[in-house]
Amino acid sequence: MTSRIDLGLPTPGTAGVPTLPDGQVLTGKDFTSDQEVRWCPGCGDYAVLKAVQGFLPQLGLRRENIVFVSGIGCSSRFPYYLDTYGMHSIHGRAPAIATGIATAREDLLVWVVTGDGDALSIGGNHLVHALRRNVNMTILLFNNRIYGLTKGQYSPTSETGKVTKSTPLGSVDQPVNPVSLALGAEATFVARTIDSDRKHLTRVLSAAAAHRGTSLVEIYQNCPIFNDGAFDALKDNDRKADAVIPLEHGEQIRFGPPGEDGRGTKVLVRDEVTGGVRAAFAADVPDEAILVHDAHNPDPTTAFAISRLTDTGSLDQTPIGIFRQVVRPTYDDQVRAQASTRRDLDDLQALIDGGDVWTVEEDR
Amino acid sequence: MTVTPEKPIKQVDRVIIRFAGDSGDGMQLTGDRFTQQTAVFGNDLATFPSFPAEIRSPQGTIPGVSSFQVHFASHDILTPGDHPDVLVAMNPAALKANVADLRPGAVIIVDSHEFTARNLSKAGYASNPLEDDSLARFQVHPVDLTGMTIEAVKDFGLTRKEASRSKNMFALGLVSWLYGRPIESTIDHLTRKFAAKPNLRDANVAAFKAGYHFGETTEVFAVSYEVKPAPAPKGRYRNITGNLALSYGLLTAGRLADLPVFLGAYPITPASDILHELSKHKDFGVTTFQAEDEIAAIGAALGASYAGHLGVTSTSGPGMTLKSEALGLAVMLELPLVVVDVQRGGPSTGLPTKTEQADLLQAMFGRNGEAPLPVIAPQSPADCFDAAIEAVRIAVTFRTPVVLLSDGYLANGSEPWRLPDVKSLPKIDPNFATGPNHTTADGAEEFWPYLRDAETLARPWAPPGTPGLEHRIGGLEKSDGRGNISYDPANHEHMVRTRQAKVDRIAETLPEVTVDDPSGRARLLVIGWGSTYGPIGAGVRRVRKRGLDVAQVHLRHLNPFPRNLGEILARYDKVVVPEMNLGQLALLLRAKYLVDAESRTRVRGTPFGAEEMEGILLDALADLGVAETSHRSTDTRVTEEALR
Repeated sequence: MTSRIDLGLPTPGTAGVPTLPDGQVLTGKDFTSDQEVRWCPGCGDYAVLKAVQGFLPQLGLRRENIVFVSGIGCSSRFPYYLDTYGMHSIHGRAPAIATGIATAREDLLVWVVTGDGDALSIGGNHLVHALRRNVNMTILLFNNRIYGLTKGQYSPTSETGKVTKSTPLGSVDQPVNPVSLALGAEATFVARTIDSDRKHLTRVLSAAAAHRGTSLVEIYQNCPIFNDGAFDALKDNDRKADAVIPLEHGEQIRFGPPGEDGRGTKVLVRDEVTGGVRAAFAADVPDEAILVHDAHNPDPTTAFAISRLTDTGSLDQTPIGIFRQVVRPTYDDQVRAQASTRRDLDDLQALIDGGDVWTVEEDR
Repeated sequence: MTVTPEKPIKQVDRVIIRFAGDSGDGMQLTGDRFTQQTAVFGNDLATFPSFPAEIRSPQGTIPGVSSFQVHFASHDILTPGDHPDVLVAMNPAALKANVADLRPGAVIIVDSHEFTARNLSKAGYASNPLEDDSLARFQVHPVDLTGMTIEAVKDFGLTRKEASRSKNMFALGLVSWLYGRPIESTIDHLTRKFAAKPNLRDANVAAFKAGYHFGETTEVFAVSYEVKPAPAPKGRYRNITGNLALSYGLLTAGRLADLPVFLGAYPITPASDILHELSKHKDFGVTTFQAEDEIAAIGAALGASYAGHLGVTSTSGPGMTLKSEALGLAVMLELPLVVVDVQRGGPSTGLPTKTEQADLLQAMFGRNGEAPLPVIAPQSPADCFDAAIEAVRIAVTFRTPVVLLSDGYLANGSEPWRLPDVKSLPKIDPNFATGPNHTTADGAEEFWPYLRDAETLARPWAPPGTPGLEHRIGGLEKSDGRGNISYDPANHEHMVRTRQAKVDRIAETLPEVTVDDPSGRARLLVIGWGSTYGPIGAGVRRVRKRGLDVAQVHLRHLNPFPRNLGEILARYDKVVVPEMNLGQLALLLRAKYLVDAESRTRVRGTPFGAEEMEGILLDALADLGVAETSHRSTDTRVTEEALR
């Protein structure tokens, strides 16, 4: 027997979280804690922290109703630097802990900060189950494709053949694609962005926070110490036009050097041979063959096909943006809809007194 | 109804009955119904269900045998009993698996219908025990339970197979007559249970009544028996299992603390019934989260506690192992959390459906670093209610994870429970932080998450949503007071010792443990914890009945120990510690009190027997020169007394 609860969707991810009194405005400074930031110089985490501190005031929510939960790894120090409520938990378990927080409290905006090792290796199970349950929280997955805090072992997103301290002859592991994994795990919101593109990052954060359900945001983040340049293909001025495939809902998927009309000269089209999608020159295909991105498609098949374009090595064809954004009731809303506190101590007494009860009238 | 002359009724003090059959024969239901009838009648009772880990082992084989033992008496009793007076065996395998527990003279009722060549061979019988003399020491009553059941239900349009399924109710009816049990509650129960299936309802009721009337009319049984109600203080009672009592305790504690209860759990035997029960009570402010694994179960519960709810996670040994890391985090975060470990036979998967108490040291020490936490244990099924409330009280008051060690015997066993008046139970104060707790030199008001209460050493609990108290906590070492990350050597030493001191100080709020030493002359002390309370108590009674002195202490609090425990231990010439492990409490007592506590252990997946405990105590007394080494059980009752 299943019951679907009508929750009046779509509801914003921030619904139920108390807003600031009229006229009160917070700034990035209000979200900056008194703790000294201790990431390595040049770490991509700084850019993400700045972007988040800059973005949070835009929500107009009370600071005390925002919670950041992290696991273990460089990025998981994140909560210490934000003046909100925060928990720096244990390796891989942040989605599970955040599930408890989000389910217990509708009035909290819950964020998870995690990395590729934390979320995809030791905590892979929790990530998958948070996504399929669709707990109302935003997961920021900092993907630097390396273990940084333990000083440079390969991670589950490192490319095959990577030479690291633990793989002197090159890793033989097949890496995992976080976006493909999330789409396969029934995620309702899946996006990818880059640490160095603050505008895009902020736009994705905004959409993720507005989404009711689990939002997975993969953030390509450079580790200057152990994996420097991992995302250069997407940042290098000569290469990025060909490498970055921007996804905009409702628009043709175009990239590559701009043509005379200012639009990308490369496009995505369906691949009749593989059933997936492939890149083509716009000039070689009819306009109607160009794929129009539909993030709201209930069927994740095309989004998955797009996610497979990401080359696991040099990332020379990388879709960036919101792959999928669909409406589905959240786990926590449905759980709360089943619960109530309408029964009191008298009801409790009645419950305890239930069953086959007998009375001894006098001491015997 | 046939009118038959009244058969004579014989008075007996106590009876032990074991129903045994195939896993699919409904023995647990049968035992449960007999227990309810017995409870309503007013006998004191104790039950012991035993079933295989497999849901349906091959039919008719020994591994597939499931049984339910009930001991009931006209006086108060402590254990489900050692040797059944009556064994109801639904097939040859059930007979073979249980006959070794019977004493000469015991009554065996078998379903003769099932004693076919094929079933005898499946059970490993070379010849039919009903026809050879292997059962000569017993009073064997072969009754065609299946055949008579099918005959009794023939009007209800069931297939032969469906009809034969009611044979457990026929057996229940027969035994109910034999011991003069009131049958109304079972008829009501069957009527409710099968309300949606009238033909099954009618068939089960008919089979039950047919069994009862068969007892009245048959010449197989010449007399019936009566066990008078037991003395009991006035009040309202019900029979309750440990898992249900524990669930009600958690529910009640949540209301007493005015905190919503959040249970994170992953299905595991024998703890799952707690998840099942609490998931029925969402309108008492209970949330149940069936997690993807044991780690997520405790993680979510800890998250809920952080968010200001009462986080609880329930599990058994293997799950406890998986929770170790998160338990360490809970120790570091100093948040309330209750971890229920319904212990089972270990290590590893061990004996999932059998009982053991071998997780004590895991609960005490099974984490990296110095990670002390309180450990408490219930001593009987009904006591699980009080123990759960006590666990919550300690967790909330001291901001600490608490491990509550139940076990498989308490979980599934049952006893009469005098119903508490929940409104009269003491409230539990969550005492949430509401504002800053520290003023800086320049007069600024700040919130320091690790600034402790001077008396309890508990830190403030400030759930998100409290304005002005925004703070960060985590698994890294914290600076004293302020709670920022600190790698300072002196601070770490201080924090490690403070976390230990906080747990140690709980002892100051606990009542002193009482020693049961009625004569005041005992030289031997027996000390136990958890579910051994029943067998130890029964053994102690037997020894005292011989005119010998023995003192008894039973611990609810395993960490910290009661503050007067050392003094009590020192008072006795000899201390013995019976446990269902290899001596875990004994190890702790020896380490802490330098007392020569002697371990007496059994790890068979079943509780100690009363007679066995008596032997342990007599041997210990013999070592002291108080009793003779060769002894005989005081259980001199001849089984014929129970049933001829």
